[in-house]
Amino acid sequence: MANNYRQIVKDGLWENNGVLCQMLGMCPTMAMTTSATNGLGMGLATAFVMATSNLLIAALRGFITQEVRIPVYILIIASMVTLVDLSINAYMHELYKVLGLFIPLIVSNCLPLGRAEVFASREPVLPSFLDGLFMGIGFTLSLTAIGACREIVGSGTLFADASLLLGHSFKFLETRVLPADTGILMAVLPPGGFLFTGLLLVGKRILDIRAGKPIVLAGAHSV
Amino acid sequence: MKSRTMIHAVVLGTFCLGFGIVLAGTDLLTNDEIKLRAVEDLQASLVQVIPPVIHDNNPAKDVITVKDEAGKDVTVYRATRGGKVTGIAYEIIGNGYAGEIHLILGVDAEGKILGVRATEHHETPGLGDKINPAKTDWILRFTGLSLGAPPVEKWKVKKDGGQFDQFSGATITPRGVVGAVRGGLQFFAAHKAQLLEIN
Repeated sequence: MANNYRQIVKDGLWENNGVLCQMLGMCPTMAMTTSATNGLGMGLATAFVMATSNLLIAALRGFITQEVRIPVYILIIASMVTLVDLSINAYMHELYKVLGLFIPLIVSNCLPLGRAEVFASREPVLPSFLDGLFMGIGFTLSLTAIGACREIVGSGTLFADASLLLGHSFKFLETRVLPADTGILMAVLPPGGFLFTGLLLVGKRILDIRAGKPIVLAGAHSV
Repeated sequence: MKSRTMIHAVVLGTFCLGFGIVLAGTDLLTNDEIKLRAVEDLQASLVQVIPPVIHDNNPAKDVITVKDEAGKDVTVYRATRGGKVTGIAYEIIGNGYAGEIHLILGVDAEGKILGVRATEHHETPGLGDKINPAKTDWILRFTGLSLGAPPVEKWKVKKDGGQFDQFSGATITPRGVVGAVRGGLQFFAAHKAQLLEIN
């Protein structure tokens, strides 16, 4: 866990990816990846919460005593989540109709708490902020990738309704890959979440083996 | 030992107070905006079930509550033109495959359906969500019907001997919607005088 910014970025995005290596935050990973757009939206909200909560925790860690650190971390994360929840409801209402139900769930996502405990409580402000940000972006990439696979197979579209999330200039992202009504419904139902998360894990494992990296059991990575 | 405990309590309490203030501030800032969004949502769904040409008021503002047969308050939005009620809209609830289906039903003064739209539901994507007008025109077929046309015993899905199509692979969702619309029309018939009265 060196103060090496390049390593922080690499860890967050790929080598210690929150979903594909640490296997944390599985609840939003399964629930919110019925489409690439949903995955992206959930990921971005989580990334924002992780970056700000890591920043605050690193900045305030001098005042947080060892015995009450976990409740304080949860308090900070929950506050950030509520802040995001209210802001999205007020200023990005279309997105709120899609994500609204799931944003409060970020509190129960283990990934922000995990990073707070393992990283932000020991490291200075800037590396902590970057760790939260890039872990969050890595989480976003995983969710978007799983969402994209499920959406293509299940509904035959890719990034449907992306303009609701990103604004009208991103309308071009919305594509239909397969003809209407040809999707395999199961992919967008809950079992699809497990299947496609599993397939992506296999994919990453194959790439790691090809690259000659030592194989670590999923979830047994140093968090 | 005792003073250590005190320190933890003070730390935790201070953090709670601090973040409580932050959240209260955020709530204060966003509260009006969120209320505005809720009104916009309501108006957006009202426009779909009450055509703007039949009224010169703002139905979202002309609200009455009427008790239904079960004693539950129903919020009714009324469209008026020249001082006469030309249409009303209210929420109806059907039992879907995955919990309640919330719909909004618009009816004109004669009891003819102006429009039905689902506002909230958790039906299976690809099967039950065909009630969404963006996917199929199924829910638009209610427009123009009333309790007499078709007759009340035909207000069912075809599988139950009625005249409304079910979806292949999904009967429960359309059955819930048809039942809710039938119930909504019966509510209109039972309270017609009260609903159309201008006070």
